Formats: sequence, structure tokens, C-alpha cells
Amino acid sequence: MTGPHGGAPDEGIGRRRFLGYVVAAPTLVAAAELVPPAPPAAAAPAPAGLPELTELLDLNDVMTAAALPTSALISVEVRPDGTVAFALPRAEVGQGITTSTAMLIAEELAVPLERVRVTLADARPELLFNQLTGGSNTTISTYVPIRVAAAIARDRLLAAAAAELGTPVTGLTMKAGMISDRSGRTIDLGALAEKAASTRTQQVSVRLAPRESFTVIGRPHNRVDARDAVTGRKKFTMDLDIPDARPTMVCRPPTINGKVGSVANLAEVRAMPGVTDAVVISTGVAVRAETFGQCIDAVRALKVTWRPGTTAGKSDESVLRELHAAELPMGLRPPTPVVEGAFTFYFRSNSALEPNCAIADVRDGRAEIWSSLKSPIVAQQAIAAKLGLPVGKVTVHVTEGGGSFGRRLFFDAALEAAEVSQKLGKPVKLMWHRADDSRQGRTHPMAISRVRVSYLGDTVLGYKQRHTSVSTDLGHGLGEIFTALAARLPVGDIGFSQTFFHLSQAMSYDFGITSRLLAETDKSFNTGSMRNVYSPDVTCARELIVDQLAARMGKDSYRFRHDFLGDERSRAVLAKVAEAGGWGRPMQPGTAQGIAFHAEYKSVSACLVEIDCRPETVNRPIRDGVGGPRVTKAVFAVDVGLAVNPRGLEAQMMGGIMDGIALALTSSLHLRDGYFLEASWDNYFYTRQWNAPPDLRIIVMPSTSDQPGGAGELGVAASMAAVACAYGRATGTMPTSFPINHGTLSFTPKPTVPPIPPSPADGLNGGGASA
Amino acid sequence: MPEHTFRVNGEQVTVNVADDVRLLWVLRDVLGITGPKYGCGINVCKACTSHLNGKAVNPCAIPVGELRPTDEVTTIEGLATGEDLHPMQQAWLDHDVAQCGYCQPGQIMAAVALVERVAAEGRAITDEDLDGIRNICRCGTYFRIREAIRAGAANM
Repeated sequence: MTGPHGGAPDEGIGRRRFLGYVVAAPTLVAAAELVPPAPPAAAAPAPAGLPELTELLDLNDVMTAAALPTSALISVEVRPDGTVAFALPRAEVGQGITTSTAMLIAEELAVPLERVRVTLADARPELLFNQLTGGSNTTISTYVPIRVAAAIARDRLLAAAAAELGTPVTGLTMKAGMISDRSGRTIDLGALAEKAASTRTQQVSVRLAPRESFTVIGRPHNRVDARDAVTGRKKFTMDLDIPDARPTMVCRPPTINGKVGSVANLAEVRAMPGVTDAVVISTGVAVRAETFGQCIDAVRALKVTWRPGTTAGKSDESVLRELHAAELPMGLRPPTPVVEGAFTFYFRSNSALEPNCAIADVRDGRAEIWSSLKSPIVAQQAIAAKLGLPVGKVTVHVTEGGGSFGRRLFFDAALEAAEVSQKLGKPVKLMWHRADDSRQGRTHPMAISRVRVSYLGDTVLGYKQRHTSVSTDLGHGLGEIFTALAARLPVGDIGFSQTFFHLSQAMSYDFGITSRLLAETDKSFNTGSMRNVYSPDVTCARELIVDQLAARMGKDSYRFRHDFLGDERSRAVLAKVAEAGGWGRPMQPGTAQGIAFHAEYKSVSACLVEIDCRPETVNRPIRDGVGGPRVTKAVFAVDVGLAVNPRGLEAQMMGGIMDGIALALTSSLHLRDGYFLEASWDNYFYTRQWNAPPDLRIIVMPSTSDQPGGAGELGVAASMAAVACAYGRATGTMPTSFPINHGTLSFTPKPTVPPIPPSPADGLNGGGASA
Repeated sequence: MPEHTFRVNGEQVTVNVADDVRLLWVLRDVLGITGPKYGCGINVCKACTSHLNGKAVNPCAIPVGELRPTDEVTTIEGLATGEDLHPMQQAWLDHDVAQCGYCQPGQIMAAVALVERVAAEGRAITDEDLDGIRNICRCGTYFRIREAIRAGAANM
């Protein structure tokens, strides 16, 4: 065949043939297995000396390889109306994977992007490991299989068109959803959808579109859901109209994971206006009402006696002592000069703007769940176990999520909604109040990180880092219940988190003999992987020490990094931000630049920021918020190998920068007396417009690979580190505790009983005025 | 149950609900208008930002009993007329602002109100105006929001 997707010779992926299927169906359905895109990296020659684990195999290789023996098919369907449908077995939570997936299909099928309909697949237990959205792995693991399925559909359509037009396939071209022959006759894909269908399932082989013919992949594209988002039509879980699913909230304990002792006034609360039900559940007292406003009133009216929770009496100070006690020894100080530092990272919230929520309908021996879930198979299995139902009787629909940042790896609200619905025998639309989401929701665990670098002259001899953290709950495993259970075992979990830590932490600098170890302690908190997991803290500690080391050797911070980075891709992103950001330009006293580097997910990144720490800036008045130092400029360079959608990639980096600013400067949870003081967005200081850099530039590097790397979490680590380094330079003191304003409590804590604040009533009288 | 009559997106509506139920829940749970989002319930995140008689307000802080029959509530669903997008919505598309999209209806409604307020004061949008926007975006789309507001303002 010829035309834009003809069989021209190609490098790498394009040269190989891939196997897939045409599936028996009334209309054309083409399918592929989710197979790893590359041969196992373990076959690569081991580098000399002590090999870095990440050089042999990284987390994405494990996740991709885990899929191999167990994966089932994913399929592309061409419909008679000319649209192409694909149910993506991943969660869209804002990272743009429905758009990038539609681009892959549009590329192979030469169909306009508007005709591709990407939906989110229900939980499919047969996919086993292959339905976890995490580790920034979606594009890495689906890039080839989705294209294979689409390419098989393309070949079938071309064959059907050839038969229809009486023209050999070699005389046909595909463009804009039409197939034409040399005499100008055309047929729309939709008209071929049934003719190209197969009555039996058959295996076929296919070549993918060669990279030099790409017209969609690698070009910036706006999001496919943007119009729905800006018109209010985009539907999130709480926007779904499920019959009789009434608003439901839970009255929660004043301390983390406390339990209900007794309730004094259940009957009274049941009789409140709009309230239909009130019932004790394992996490508190659930109320169901006609409106969420009436749920809020009912929760506040409940008189509950609570039993203490899992963190009774704990505070920032006591957890810090636990962490120091659990720290692994650094070993004897070498006789050479060393640079050392110890850093503290307080608890942080991964609360998304859409709070934890789920709809559940559990009646008549079956359950149906709607929620944004990144591990829907584990959710389905855990819900079935909780309800005492066979897994096959539990249907789990994955809805579009209003952000994740790690939150949607777990399914706390879905499990709770299922329990309430079963107890009441009625459908429920369950939502956590923001105060619950802040105080009882999952957190990024508090951690300390100690770094020691030994050097002699211009040579770095060794790098040691001991990262000690409150346990990170990785109980979602790799997305399937057996690995999830393994992660919960006392021994298995240590192995699992250690493995995760080592697979995600690359040592990019030529720093001689390196040793980095993770120790975890204390499982009493509700934790989870927050966007970029260990890397922002680990990288921030490392980059601050790198600045110290450079100073000790009398070298410029940028030049030092450039000299010690081990490969060309890494040096290129660093050099790019230094050049584009004007590294080394004269700065006013109290202002400074910072530069940092981070590699993960088969991608490399560098960030340069400028910060203003002058008193008039730091102390600018902000109502119900924190000003503090202002990052006035950020320049970020990213190389993900192959960028499928550069515009989406830029968006992810921008978000990562805002996270990095928050982690370095303003956002943390304060633990006192067994609970977090923060109860809403006026307490928890995520980056706001007044903190955001007015000058921001993202540079997507030219593709350096045939394979896409991960991007959803990538931007956070280098950004946090660059802000910390800039702050240290501007103030003349290396910061050692994050965020830097944690020592100042910038709000009045809300009460814990009742657990949620009253709804304000001053909205017409200037309350919370917009600006 | 008391009856309340007011206007939403150009239509007169009457609801039967207690006086003190906040407008956000009347819109979402009673009328099925789900563009305004819940993000805090205490008027700090601004995800529910809508317009009341042309001014930005937060329905999570307005008891429905305080509305008069002539009051005009505009949510994101009523911002555009017909199939044409409002210039601010178009600017949002042009700059591909939305990520998860959850806060974006509130962001757009706040942006339109800001541009109209600044125009009424006879001046152009400043960095300080943009710094003053209180709507939270946890995806961190702030920079594209700033770009889109300046572009949208030019076409309003």
C-alpha cells in the first residue's frame, strides 16, 4: 500500500511486525494485547563498577513486564457512523491521556481526531496488572498496543475498500477518515465499518505507521474534553444522575481513624428536614438526605461519642523523633572532606479539588459503583470482599476524575459508599466534606533525608543518602488484589516500598560510589503515593547538597551539574534552561536564581527559577492565604524521548512547577494531638495565583527516542529543588525544613467537633468577596 | 415546604426546599445544574463561582431564601448564548487551559466578572488583578488562566 501510511522503511518500532486480532463482531473491531514495547532491559550489558538498579530496570519496566503473561485484549471499534471507539483501561484525572490516546488512534487510522471517541473502561479483572494508572506509565505501556489495534483496523478497512472499488490496496490512500483511489473515488470509513467486520476472530500481523509519516503524534493538540470542560458539560462522579442516588455524607471522628462509640441522637437526626437515613458505619455515622446542604446540617447535629484513633497523641515533634530513631546509619565518616545535610519534610495533603466521592447501588445481591479509580480491579475485589458478594456481581465504572495527585490510587469513598448502600438498601451519592478530605484523607508521609558526599580536589568519591519516612501505603500494589495483599504483609510491604524506592530513584551524577536507602516506620497514618512519590523530597535534599558541594569546590552551580551529569540528554536539558533562563545574570539583593535536575520515567528534566525573598514581597498582605517568597520566573526543559502531545506535556510540567513551589514554600499539614489542623483550602496553602510565577516558560526538547517516556509526575522534583536552591541563595542560608513556612501557623484551626464547619450565609453580603 | 422563585440562566424557576439550603445545593441537587462545583462549602475555593445579577458570587454561601423572584443567577451553562461560546470560554479553548477541568467553570465565571469589573473602572487588567483571583486550581493551570484572561478580555 502507498499513501501517507505506506510501507516505507522505518527505524525501530516501524520496522517490526506486531500481532493482533480482528475480532468477530457485527462491525469492525480490531484488538491487540498490552505487551511490552521493548525487549527486557535486563539483557543490556551491565555498566562497569557498581550498577545502578535504575540503569538495569526501572519501575516502568517492571510495570510493563508485569503485564506480559496475563494481559487480555484491548480493542478499537470502527462504527457505521464513521466514529472510532476505544475504551481506555486507565483513569483520566486531568493528565490528558484521553487526548493522547485519541491522537495515537487518529495517527494510525488517518481519521480526524474529532471522530475518535475515547471512554474509560469499567474494571476488567482479566487485565490483572494492566489497569493501574500510576507511575506515569500510561503512555509508556499503551503507546504500541493502541497503535497496533488501530493499524489492524486500518489494514482491514483498506482491504474492504479495495474489494468495494475493485482497486488494489496499493492504489489506495487514507486521509481524513476517507479512503480514495487514483481515479478520485472515495469511501468514508463508516461506510466500510460493517463490510470490514469479521465473522470469526483471527490473528493478523501488522506494521505501524513509520515515524517520518506522522501527522498527529508529536504535534501539539488541544484536549479533546476542553469544550465540555469550559461549558460545564464535563461530568464528574457527583454530576451523574443515577436514579435515587441521594446525597450522603459521613460524620467523622475528631482524631485520625477514630471509631464510633455511641450515638445519642440518631432518631432525632433522621427526622431533620430532608434527611432520609442515618446509620453507623465502620468509619463514622452516615447520613443521606435530599441535598448535600442538609447532609452537612445533619452531620453537624449528630452527637457521637468517639473511641480514639490510630494516631492518638501524636504530633509533628513526636513523629520527628520516631523518624530519627528509625534512621539507618550512615557509617563512619571518611577521612576525606565531606559535605553533609539533614532535611525534614512535613506531612502534605494530596487532596484533589474534587473530594473523595463515589456513587454506589448495592441491592438484590449485586453492586454497581461509579468513581474515579486508578486501581479499579483492586477496588472491585475489595468491595466484593467487604460486601460478601462474588466479584462478578460487582460492576465498577471508572468516571472522569477532578484531579488525583495520588488520591485516586485508593478507593476509600467507593468502599464506604458500598457499605452505606448495602446497610440502607438504597443507592447513595457519597461525598467527603472538604474538612474530611483534609483531615482524614490520605497524606504524603512526613520524612527526613540525610545526605553525605565525600570528595577530594575536583573528584566526588561517594554519595550516601538515608531517606526515612512514615510508611507510604502502596496497598494498591500494581493494580491487582494479589500484589495489593502482598504489599500489606509486614515483610512484603518493606520489600515492596524498598523496591519502589530504588526503581524510582536514578543517580544521574557521576558521584563515585553511591548508596541510597529507604527506611519506613509507623503505619498508623492514612498515607499514599503523592504525585512523584519519594522523588521531590529526595531530589530536593540532593540538589541542595550539590549546591553546597559546588560552592566548596569553587564551582558555579550550573557548571558543576553540567560537568557531573553522565549523559548527553541530561546535559542538554540543563544547558537549555541555563541559556533560556539567563543563568548567572546579576540579581538584586534578596533575590536569586536556582537550578536543579531530575530524571525519572525514562525522561529527563531541568528547572531554573528566580525567587524574590525581599521583606516587602514576603510580607505582602494576603487575606486568608500566605504570600511568602515569590517565584517570579520559572524555566523548565523536558525531554520525554518522544512527546506524543507537546501541548499536553507542557501542561503537565506547568502543574508540576506549581506543586514544586507549594512543596518548597507553603503547603503542609500540621499534626497536633493526633489530628491534622488543616481543614480546608484557607488552611492548606497550595500554590495560588499570588504565588504563581508571572513569567513561565516550558521547553519541550526535540525527540530523542522512538519511545515516549512518562510525564504526569515528572515536573515536581526538579521544580521543588530549584525553588529550594534559589531560596538558599537569596537568603544566604540553606533551608533544611520544608515547606519553609511550616514553623508559622498562618490560620486559626477549625474545631474538630462537629467535624465539618457550618455553611456560610453571607454570600450576598460580600462574604469571601472574589478579589 | 417553602417555595422559592428566581431566574436561572434566563428561565424562571420555582423550587420547594427549606429557606436555609444554600443555592449551590439547590442548583446541583434539586435543579440538576452541575456546572458549579463543590470544592469546600465554605466560600474559600471558589469552584462554585457563578453570577448573580452580573456579579461573581459563591452559591455555597447563599441561602436560597434570600433570592428574590427577579434575581438572575447565571452559571457556566448560561454564560454563552446559543451554540456560540462566550469570548472567555473561547480564550480558554485557544489556550488549552483545562486539565482535569473541575475548577474551570468557576475560574471562567470569576474571570468574566473580573474583566467586567475592571472595564467598569475604565482600566486594563493588571498583574495585581490576576494575583487577586482566589479560585484554586489544584492542577496548577494558573499561568494559562492568566494568558486566557488577557486574551478573552480583548474580545469581550
